[in-house]
Amino acid sequence: MEATQKQDKTTTKPKAETKEMSGAEMVIEALIEQGVDTIFGYPGGAVLPIYDALFQQDKIKHVLVRQEGGALHAAEGYARSTGKVGCALVTSGPGATNAVTGLADALLDSIPLVCITGQVPTFLIGTDAFQEADTIGITRPCTKHNFLVKDQNDLASAMHESFHIARSGRPGPVVIDIPKDIQFAQGKYVSKDEAIMHSHYKPETDPDMKAIEEAVELMANAKCPVFYTGGGIINAGEEASTLLRELVRETGFPITSTLMGLGCYPAKDKQWLGMLGMHGTFEANWAMHDCDVMICIGARFDDRVTGMTSKFSPDSKKIHVDIDASSINKNINIDIPIVADAKKTMEAMLNVWRAKKYKADQKALKSWWDRIEIWRAKNCLAYKMDDKIIKPQYALERLAHYMEQDKRECYVTTEVGQHQMWAAQFLPFNEPNRFMTSGGLGTMGYGLPAAIGVQMAHPDAFVVDVAGEASIQMNIQELATAIQYRLPVKVFILNNEWMGMVRQWQELLHGERYSETYSEALPDFVKLVEAYGGVGLRATCVDELDDVIEEMMNNDRLTVVDVMVAKTENCFPMIPSGKAHNEMILSPDASAFDKSLV
Amino acid sequence: MMSKDSTSTKKSKSIYAPTPKLAAEETHILAILVNNEPGVLARIVGFYSGRGYNIESLTVAETNHDEHLSRITIACKGTPAVIDQIKAQLKRLVPVLKVSDLTMEGRYIERELALLKIVCTGDQRADAQRDADAFCARTVDSTPNSFIFEATDTASRIDDFVAIMMPHGLVDVSRTGIAAISKGNRVIGE
Ligand SMILES: Cc1cc2nc3c(=O)[nH]c(=O)nc-3n(C[C@H](O)[C@H](O)[C@H](O)COP(=O)(O)OP(=O)(O)OC[C@H]3O[C@@H](n4cnc5c(N)ncnc54)[C@H](O)[C@@H]3O)c2cc1C
Ligand SMILES: Cc1ncc(C[n+]2csc(CCOP(=O)(O)OP(=O)(O)O)c2C)c(N)n1
Repeated sequence: MEATQKQDKTTTKPKAETKEMSGAEMVIEALIEQGVDTIFGYPGGAVLPIYDALFQQDKIKHVLVRQEGGALHAAEGYARSTGKVGCALVTSGPGATNAVTGLADALLDSIPLVCITGQVPTFLIGTDAFQEADTIGITRPCTKHNFLVKDQNDLASAMHESFHIARSGRPGPVVIDIPKDIQFAQGKYVSKDEAIMHSHYKPETDPDMKAIEEAVELMANAKCPVFYTGGGIINAGEEASTLLRELVRETGFPITSTLMGLGCYPAKDKQWLGMLGMHGTFEANWAMHDCDVMICIGARFDDRVTGMTSKFSPDSKKIHVDIDASSINKNINIDIPIVADAKKTMEAMLNVWRAKKYKADQKALKSWWDRIEIWRAKNCLAYKMDDKIIKPQYALERLAHYMEQDKRECYVTTEVGQHQMWAAQFLPFNEPNRFMTSGGLGTMGYGLPAAIGVQMAHPDAFVVDVAGEASIQMNIQELATAIQYRLPVKVFILNNEWMGMVRQWQELLHGERYSETYSEALPDFVKLVEAYGGVGLRATCVDELDDVIEEMMNNDRLTVVDVMVAKTENCFPMIPSGKAHNEMILSPDASAFDKSLV
Repeated sequence: MMSKDSTSTKKSKSIYAPTPKLAAEETHILAILVNNEPGVLARIVGFYSGRGYNIESLTVAETNHDEHLSRITIACKGTPAVIDQIKAQLKRLVPVLKVSDLTMEGRYIERELALLKIVCTGDQRADAQRDADAFCARTVDSTPNSFIFEATDTASRIDDFVAIMMPHGLVDVSRTGIAAISKGNRVIGE
C-alpha cells in the first residue's frame, strides 16, 4: 500500500524528493521499481531484515526453495523463459556458497540474474564472524559484476545498477552483498532514474554499417552459405527470432543452431538443419564443414561445436555477430567481425539486402541444397526400435507427439547427460525461450529447479523437465518446492540406471572400463514423489508408454514419470573430441568404432 | 583433458586431441584506466590468473583524484591472439574505462624505478659508486658499509643495472614495475 502511494508521487512529480527508509525496505522498493514480481530464496540470519520487509508487502512473491542452489536455477529458468532478469535472495556464508554453482551456470549461459546475498554486519567483516564468507571474493570470477554495499545511501543505486548490468550487453549474473547493519540502517532511497552508476559502462549495440554492407555482399555472392546461430539470438529478445526467420527465408540459406539457440528458428521448417556440434546432425555439421560463407549470429564457437579447431570449416569466410568483443576471434579466426546486438544487426542486414535488391545465386544454392539433401537422407538420428524395451529416443518421440497436440504452451528444461542431447534432437522447438538447459557449465541438477522457475512465470503452461536418474537426484529436494506452490511441473526421467553420458565415453574412449558410473542404489522414484505429495508413474515397456505420457499430460499435479529405458543406448551422432565435423560417427558405425584406440 | 605425451615422438594412440601448438609469444605493455573502487585490482589480477595468463609487471596508482580514476600498467606475455583476448576481456570488466596497448599503438616511454642496496666496505666502495654513476643512478643513502642507489630507466636497462651491481655486494632490490605513456599528443584509449 505504501509502495503505491510512493509510485503515485513519482508519476506526478518526475524528480521525487528523496525518501528515507531502511536498507531492507530499499531492497524491496528497488525490486518493485525494477519490475520484479517473483524472487527465489532461502532465509537466514544475515537476511532477516529483508525477509521482514518481504513479509510486509504483497507486490513480490517469494518462492521458498529447499536449497539455495535450487533458487539460482529457478531464477535462471524464470529469466530464460521470460526474457526478464531472474532474482534470488540468500543468506551469508553457506547460503552464498550454495549459490555459486548457479552463478557460474548463469555466467556461462549468459542468463541475466540478480542475486542478493546477506553479509555479516560491516563491523564484523574480516573477523571470521559466524557465517562469514568472502562472498565478493568467491563470486568475483563467476559473476558479470558484484557489489559489496558498505553505506546504506549507496544501496538503492547499487540495486538499480545490478539490474542494469545483468540485463544489458551480454547478460549475466550480478551479486549484491548487503551486510546486515546496512539492511537495518535508515538511508536515502533513489529511484532508478536518479541512480548513480558506472558512467562509462555502455555496451556497444549498434552495428558498424560498413561491416554490415561487406557482410551482406559476401552473403549475396555465396555459393554454399550457412547460418550458424546461438543463444545470443534469445538474449536479443523475441523480435530477434522474428528477424532471423525473415533473414533466413529471404536468403533461402540453410540454418543450424547451437543447443542454446534452439527454438529461434522453427524446427519444423525445411531450411532447418537441426542442431550442430558434438551431438548435432550429420547435415548440420557437414554443411558447416563444407560451406563457403558462414554467418554466425550470437554463438560463441564453443569447443562442443567446433570440434578440432584447426579442421573447423576450413574453406569458409566467416561473419561473426556478437555483442561481446571477447567472443570474436576467441577460438576461430573471423573475416568480418560485427560487435553489436543481434537484433539490430539482422535488421540492418535485411535493410541492406532489400535496398540493394540482392538475390542469392539460385543455381549455386540449388546444388548446395542438393548436397545437403544427400546428407539429410542419412537420417542420422535413426535408432533401432525395440518392440518391448523402451528406447530413450522413442520415449521422447512419443512425448513430442503429445506435446505437439497439446493446446498449452510447452516449455522444456533438462538435466545434463544423454537425455539432454536426445531432448535437443527429438523434441520440437519452434519458438524461442521454450528450452531451458545448462549448456556451458553442464550442471546436473539444473532441470527441476529451472522447471519450477518456468512454471512460476507461466502458471498455465505445460512444463516438463527431461531428466536422467542420476541428475535428478542432485536437486530432488525441490520436489517439495513444487508441492508447496502447487506447481504442476512434470519430471520425465529416462532411467537407464547409468550415468549414461559418462558411460558412453568410457565405452568408446576408455576401453569399456566402467569406473563408478553405475547407480547401485536407486530410489523408487514413484514412491519418492508420492512421499513428497505428488504423482508417480512408471513405464517399463513400450506398451505402457503412451498411457503413462497421456496420464502425465492430463494431470494437473506435480508428476514424476520413471521411464525405464534401454540401459546402454548411446547418443549419436557423435564427433569424438578432437575430430572434425566431417569425421562424425553415426549409430550404425558405432559397433565398428575402434575401441582399441584408447 | 588432453594427452600430454601426444607431443612426444612416440605416436600416441589416444583418441583425444593433442595439445594445440601455439604461435610465438610477445610481451605487450597495456595501460588500463579504471574506477578506483574496492576490489578493482583483484578483479584485474583475478581475471589474468583465472584464465591462465601471466603478468610480468604491474603498476597501479590513482592518477585522477577528483574522479577516483587509477591507471594500471601491465606488461604481459602471450601470442597475438591471446593479447587480443586479454584486451577484449579487460574491456568487459565493469570498472574498466579504457584499455590501451602501448606496444601496438606506436611509440611510448617506459620507465621503472629501482632501489638497490649494496653492502660493501673499503676499496670496493669506489667500484660500486663508479658503476652506479655509469647508469646515472642516484645515491640516496650511504653508510660506511652500505649504499642505496636509485635508478630510473627502462625495465631492461634496470635488469642490466642489477646485473652489473651484483658483484659489488648487491643484497636487496626493490622495483616499482613499469610505468608507461604513449609519445606525442595521443591520449589513453583513443
Ligand atoms: C553434455 C553436453 C553436450 C553438449 N553438446 C552440444 C552440441 O552437440 N552442440 C551444441 O551446440 N552445444 C552443445 N552443448 C552446449 C555447449 O557446451 C555450449 O553451451 C553451447 O554450444 C553454446 O551455445 P552458443 O554458442 O549459442 O553460446 P551461448 O552460451 O548461448 O552464448 C551466447 C553468445 O551470444 C552473445 N550474445 C549475447 N547477447 C547477444 C545479443 N543481444 N546480440 C548478439 N550477441 C549476443 C554472447 O556474447 C555469447 O557469445 C553441450 C553441452 C553439454 C552439457
Ligand atoms: C554437477 C555435475 N557433476 C558431474 C557431471 C559430469 N556428468 C555429465 S553427464 C553425467 C551423467 C548424467 O547421468 P544421468 O543424469 O543419469 O543422465 P544420462 O546421461 O544417463 O541420460 C555426469 C556425471 C556434471 N555434468 N555435473
